[in-house]
Amino acid sequence: MTPSSNRPTYYEELRQKGYSRRDFMKFCTTFAAYMGLQASGAAQVAEALKSNSRVPVIWMHFQECTCCSESFIRSSHPIVADVILDKISLDYTETLMAAAGHQAEAAMHKTMEDFPGEYVLCVEGSVPVYEDGVYCCIGGRSAVDILQETAAGAKAIIGWGSCACNGCVQAAKPNPTGATPIHKLVKGKPIIKVPGCPPIGEVMAGVLVHLVTFGRIPELDRIGRPKAFYSKRVHDTCYRRPFYDAGLFVESFDDENAKKGYCLYKVGCRGPMTYNACGVTKWNNGTSFPIQSGHGCIGCSEEDFWDNGPFYRRLTNFPGFGIESNADKIGGVAAGVTAAGIAAHAIGTNLRKKKLIDGLIAEGIESDQALS
Amino acid sequence: MATQNLRRVFVWQLPVRFYHWLNALCIVVLCVTGYVIARPPAFQQGAEASYAYWFGINRFLHFAASYIFLFNFIFRLYWGFVGNRYAGWKNFIPTNRKFFQEMWEVIKIDIFLQKDKEHLSIGHNALAGFIYFFVFLAFAVQCLTGFGLYAAMSDWWLPNLFIWVPGLFGGDFDLRQIHHATMWFFIVFSIIHVYLVFYHDYVEGRGETSSIIGGWKFIEEEAFVKEMEEEEKEKEELKRKVMQEKQKA
Repeated sequence: MTPSSNRPTYYEELRQKGYSRRDFMKFCTTFAAYMGLQASGAAQVAEALKSNSRVPVIWMHFQECTCCSESFIRSSHPIVADVILDKISLDYTETLMAAAGHQAEAAMHKTMEDFPGEYVLCVEGSVPVYEDGVYCCIGGRSAVDILQETAAGAKAIIGWGSCACNGCVQAAKPNPTGATPIHKLVKGKPIIKVPGCPPIGEVMAGVLVHLVTFGRIPELDRIGRPKAFYSKRVHDTCYRRPFYDAGLFVESFDDENAKKGYCLYKVGCRGPMTYNACGVTKWNNGTSFPIQSGHGCIGCSEEDFWDNGPFYRRLTNFPGFGIESNADKIGGVAAGVTAAGIAAHAIGTNLRKKKLIDGLIAEGIESDQALS
Repeated sequence: MATQNLRRVFVWQLPVRFYHWLNALCIVVLCVTGYVIARPPAFQQGAEASYAYWFGINRFLHFAASYIFLFNFIFRLYWGFVGNRYAGWKNFIPTNRKFFQEMWEVIKIDIFLQKDKEHLSIGHNALAGFIYFFVFLAFAVQCLTGFGLYAAMSDWWLPNLFIWVPGLFGGDFDLRQIHHATMWFFIVFSIIHVYLVFYHDYVEGRGETSSIIGGWKFIEEEAFVKEMEEEEKEKEELKRKVMQEKQKA
């Protein structure tokens, strides 16, 4: 992003807010570490924030609960909320902006007109597409329309949370409103998926800081998530992993093993199939994360996690066979039916092929007697 | 009762037999260890986690067996092109009317038990061959979903060839479900497979069971001659067709 003489840089705004250079450098170092940069990365972040002016951001809220925003403003470093979000709110975000009604819409359009191809579009929430999108309207317009309009001039799009990335709860079966993740609606724009319900605040900030520092989107995996935060399973970074390998499992939440802090695999922990940074970055200033608090991971950053229940059982329901069905129950029934079929066939064989079998026996006996 | 002359035919070549038993061993190990991974038994032990590793070993066995299974499977696909007539891919994929006719025969005689009739085939009968085609598909599904799940845990290029698989399903949830459900296909298949081997041995008395150990099957002289004649006829038919084409040209 090009420095602009008439707009203050991030650093200048920080200083105006009363942060010291020391605070600033701490912030840069912390986020360079979160982003997985090498030691010199902190200097790169600092340099970028000193010379770049604020990236214009439009932050849309569609079908969502605002937990992503809540998570973001609670990220561990105050500069995140104070400066990055504060400045974001200057452009457009329904939840936190001071403007309302026509003023707000005007602010959004001004950003779109002033910075075409430069602003970052952040989307929180999925977009309902049934009945022409009437299930989510803002200012009299449907979310589908607004998304298409704002996406057209965006430099990049960030999908905050599971709603924007895979539809989350409102897209769970039967998905009455046709809730659709944004990557299925917007084509031809780089989309960064930051799933989670909500995503970790530091992860969200890390993605934004990466955009500001390097002027391009971070490296993404095949599903479109930043590799720096979503390349490992919660299971692989879990401090209870040794109990898993040792085969020490919690059998029920009130047993002795639960008190000993054994692995929660058998009570439905989704850590082994969930790609997220919870085990490393943790939550609430690195205080804890669900597994540390004795509750299994529910896989909130994975697609269709609501449809792959129940949360407290290892084997999930098998689709199409009703609740309480799982692969083992269905397989067991199939094996039983097979065994019964075989028994019937074996009896049938003895009845229907009697002549053949008797023939073989007679032939064998004949040969035997011929010898004696 | 007249005694019948039986003709010895070398059906299963050594590589096919070797493949079969290695595959059987792998499937048993994979099903057992896989089931334990999905539903670990509650072993209560006093030892600290640092002294125990049985679940890790169980997973290791699963992964090791899966590599052997994969290579063995690839080898069998290769052998489908270079092996003898009973090992070739044409035993598994219907390419002509005769294949379907034989399948119908087998269904009538062996499944619906037509009274006192037997269907004599030397290698796989057509129905068995066609079902093995689906078994091979199931092998492919297990390899794709299994290594798809495993890829993220590995730095080696081979499992990483499968890294695109979870993306197809949006994540690991569905992969696990498919991988686990397909295990039951193997279990059900094995039950039927073993039963049918016994059935054929019992009804036909031609060394069905031992064929996968020694490689030989025995067939009534008449049936063998008939098969040979048919083969000759087909060859001549083919020759005639080629000649006709040549004459036209």
